[in-house]
Amino acid sequence: MNIISLSRRTLFKGSALLLASTALPRFTFAQSGSRLVVAADSEPRNLNPAIVASNGVFFISSKVIEPLAEASFDGGGDGEGGLAPRLATSWEGSDDGLSATFKLREGVKWHDGQPFTSADVAFSALQVWKPLQNLGRLVFANLEAVDTPDDHTAVFRFAKPTPFQLIRNALPVVSSVVAKHIFEGEADIAASEANNKLVGTGPFRFAEHRPGEYYRLERNPDYWGEGEPKLDEIIFRVLPDRAAAAGALEAGEIQLAAFSQVPLTDLDRISKVPGIEVYSKGYEALTYQLGVEINHRRAELANVRVRQAIAHAIDRDFVVRTIFLGYAETATGIVPKNAPEFYNGDVPLHPFDVDKANALLDEAGYPRKDGGARFALRLLPAPYFTETRQFGDYLRQALAAVGIDATVVNNDAAAHQKAVYTDHDFDLAVAPTVFRGDPAISTTILVRSGTPAGVPFSNQGGYENKEIDALIDKAGETVDTAARTALYKQLQVLVAEDLPIINVADWGFITVASSQVKNVSNNPRWAVSSWADTELDA
Amino acid sequence: MNRALRLLRRRLISSIPVLLIVIVGAFFLLELAPGDAADAYLLSIGGGDPALVQALRQSYGLEGSTLSRLWLYLTSLARFDLGWSVTFNRPIAGLIAERLPNTLWLMVGAVGLSFTAGSLLGIVAGSKPGSWRDRLLSTGSLALYAVPSFWLGLVLIVLFSVQLRWFPTSGIETIASGKQGLARARDIAWHLALPVAALGLIYLALFLRMMRAGMAEAWRQDYALAARARGIGPARIAVFHIARNALLPLVTMLGLHAASMLGGSVVIESVFAIPGFGRLAQEAVAGRDAPLLTGIILVSAVLVILVNLAVDMAYAFLDPRVGANEVVA
Repeated sequence: MNIISLSRRTLFKGSALLLASTALPRFTFAQSGSRLVVAADSEPRNLNPAIVASNGVFFISSKVIEPLAEASFDGGGDGEGGLAPRLATSWEGSDDGLSATFKLREGVKWHDGQPFTSADVAFSALQVWKPLQNLGRLVFANLEAVDTPDDHTAVFRFAKPTPFQLIRNALPVVSSVVAKHIFEGEADIAASEANNKLVGTGPFRFAEHRPGEYYRLERNPDYWGEGEPKLDEIIFRVLPDRAAAAGALEAGEIQLAAFSQVPLTDLDRISKVPGIEVYSKGYEALTYQLGVEINHRRAELANVRVRQAIAHAIDRDFVVRTIFLGYAETATGIVPKNAPEFYNGDVPLHPFDVDKANALLDEAGYPRKDGGARFALRLLPAPYFTETRQFGDYLRQALAAVGIDATVVNNDAAAHQKAVYTDHDFDLAVAPTVFRGDPAISTTILVRSGTPAGVPFSNQGGYENKEIDALIDKAGETVDTAARTALYKQLQVLVAEDLPIINVADWGFITVASSQVKNVSNNPRWAVSSWADTELDA
Repeated sequence: MNRALRLLRRRLISSIPVLLIVIVGAFFLLELAPGDAADAYLLSIGGGDPALVQALRQSYGLEGSTLSRLWLYLTSLARFDLGWSVTFNRPIAGLIAERLPNTLWLMVGAVGLSFTAGSLLGIVAGSKPGSWRDRLLSTGSLALYAVPSFWLGLVLIVLFSVQLRWFPTSGIETIASGKQGLARARDIAWHLALPVAALGLIYLALFLRMMRAGMAEAWRQDYALAARARGIGPARIAVFHIARNALLPLVTMLGLHAASMLGGSVVIESVFAIPGFGRLAQEAVAGRDAPLLTGIILVSAVLVILVNLAVDMAYAFLDPRVGANEVVA
C-alpha cells in the first residue's frame, strides 16, 4: 500500500488492531519489581550443596549458599586457573602440599544476621564436606584440621601431601559454606531440616518451597556484593515435561530455561521467536562426556583389538551432527577440550573406518559366521538424557555394520544403576559422565581398578591396568602443578591406546532465555552460579 | 433394613481383603523392579563413594529382607501410619493429603465433562442414527479417542496458551499470588480448564458412543413404539423415555473409568505441571520408594472402591431391580 492512499479508516483499523494485540490477556506474572521465573525439572531431596554436590542441587542452592570461589572466564582472584573470589578473597597452597591458606571476605553476614567467620569454613570443611559430601569425601580425604588464626583466615592442614591444584580446581564444586550456628547442635547433619530451609550468605534468601510447584528466593538486602543482587526475586517453577518448558517460555510465563530443558529439536524453532535468545555458553566447567562403558569381563571385549574396532565403527561427526544437532564436540579421550589446563589432543585417535574395524575383528579371531554376525552383545544406554538413549540406538546400528549383533536393553534410572554399576550385568553401556574441573574428582575413577560394586559413574567394567593405576596414584600425590598436569596428559595417551572406555562426544547444555534477561552465561558454570549480577530489563 | 444400606455394608466388608491384596501386590511388584531407593538417589546426586552407598542403604532401611520390610509396613499401617517417604524425606500421609485434592479436582472436572457432554452429544447422535449429525459426532469422538492424551494436552497448550494466550500453560494456580477464597478458586479453575479438557475429551468418546448405541437400540423397543403411537413427539420421546434408560449403562461405565482416569492423570499432570497424585506415583516409582507407592496405590484403591460404591448406590436408586434379590436372602 502506498502511503498516500492510507485512509483515515485503515489507519484507525490498524492502530485498533495494535492496541488489541497489546491488550491480549498476557499472564507474564505481574512484574512487581523484578521477578525472574525459571524452569526447574527436578526437586532435590536434599537441597544442601555442602552435602550433595550436584548440578540439580546447585541450580537452586547456589543463589543462597556460596562457595569459597567460583569458576570464571577471565581468571580474576589469583589470576590463574579461571577462578573468581566469592567467600574467599585469596588462596595459596604450601610447597609441601600439607596446607592451604584461605583469606576470607570481611563484612559478610548470614541471612539470619550472624557474621560469617573462619569458624563457619572450618565447621563446613571438617563436619560436612569431608565426612558427608558425595565429592568432598574424595577431595578432602586427607584433611586433618582447619586452623582459624583469626576470623578471616582459614588454614587447611592435610595429613598427606595434597596437590593444591586439585583443591583449587575443586573449589567451585565442593566448597559451599554453611553456617556453623545453624548445624552445630544437630545429631545427624545429613538428615537436618535445615538442609531444605537454606541459610546462606548468597545474594538471595530462601523464601518458600511449594512441593511440586515452585521454589521462591528473595533478594538479600545485606549482600556483600555492591549493587547486587539486581533481581528482587527468583522463582524456580517445577516443570517436569520438557516440551512444556518451551511453551511456557513462548507464552511468557517463564523467562529462562537452563540445562537444555527446551529440547534440542525445539531450538531451531524457538530461536526464531522474537524476544527469545539461545545461549550455548556458560557450561564449559560442567562438560558432560558421552562414553561407551565396556565390561572387560567379557572375553571378546577384553581384547584390545575388539575395543579398537568398536571405536573405529563409531562415526563421531555423525553423532555430533544428528544426535546433538551440532551442540557438542567430538571427543578424543577422558578429558574434554573445555579443560585446557589438562587437555591433551595428541593421543591415538580412532577415526570412523568400517573396513579397519572389520579387519581388526577378523584379526582378533572373531570372523563373521553364517548370517554375518561375529558375536552378540547386550547394550545398555543410560536413560538420563534423550541423547544417551538415541546414541544407544545409533551404536546398535554402527555395531551391526561391523558384524556385532547388539541388543539394546532400556531400563529406567534405578534399574540401569543396578544392572551396570552393581550387578555388572551388561556388555556395553552408554554413560554420560561429567568432567568436574580436575581429573582426580570424577574422571580417574572411570579407569582406576578396584572400585567396589554399586558406585555409579565408576570403573564397573572390571578393567585393570597396572600402568594406569600407578599413574593415577602418582598424580594423586604429586604436589608440583606442572608435573601433575603432565601425568594427566600422559594418562590420556594410555587411555586412548588401551580404550578401557570409548569417549565419543563432549557436550554442554543450552540456555534459552527471554532477551529481557541480562548477564546470562557470563561464567563457565553460569546456571549453577549465584546470579548476583543477573538483571531483568523492564 | 433398607436394601441400599445392606448393599453398602456388604460391599464395605468385601473390600477389606481386596485392599490387602492390593497392598501386598504393590509392595512385591516394586520389589521386583531392579534397583532400590539408594540406587535412585545416588544417580540423582551424580555419584558417590562405596561407603556412602552403604550408609544410604542403612539409613533407608533397605538392609532387611522383603518380607520383614513388608511386615514392618503392614504393622505401621495397622496403626494408620503410612510411613516415611525416602524420596521426599517427609511423612507419606502429608504428601498424599497435599497432592490428592489437585488430582480429585482434575478428575471430577474430567468425569463431569466427559459424562455430561458425552451423554448429551450421545442423545443428539442416537436420536437419529445414520444422520449426518450422528456420523459427524461418532467419527469426531472416535478421532479424539484415538489421540494420546499427552499429545492432545500439548496441542491445547500450543493453541490456547501459546498462540491465543487465553489460559496458562501449566501449574495449578498463579505462583505466589496471595489469592484467597473465591478469587483463588477462580484462579485454580482457570488453570485446570486445559488439563480437564485434555483428560475429559478422550473419555467423552466412550460415553458418547455408549449413549448413542443405547439410544439407537431403544428406538426399536416396544415402549418407544408405543409412545410414538400415542402421538408423543420424537424429541420428547428421546429425552424422557429413551435417554433415561440408555443412561444406566453409562453410570456403570463411570465407575469402571474412574480407575483408568486416575492412570491417565499421570500423563496430564506431567504435561501441565500439576502437583498431583499421578505425578507423585511416577516420582515414587522413579525413586523406588516402596512405602510411598504402596500408600498411593492404597489410597487410589480406596478411591476406586468408593466411586464404584457410589455408582452402585446410584444404580440401585435408578433401577429398583438392583439388589432386590437380597431382600429374600
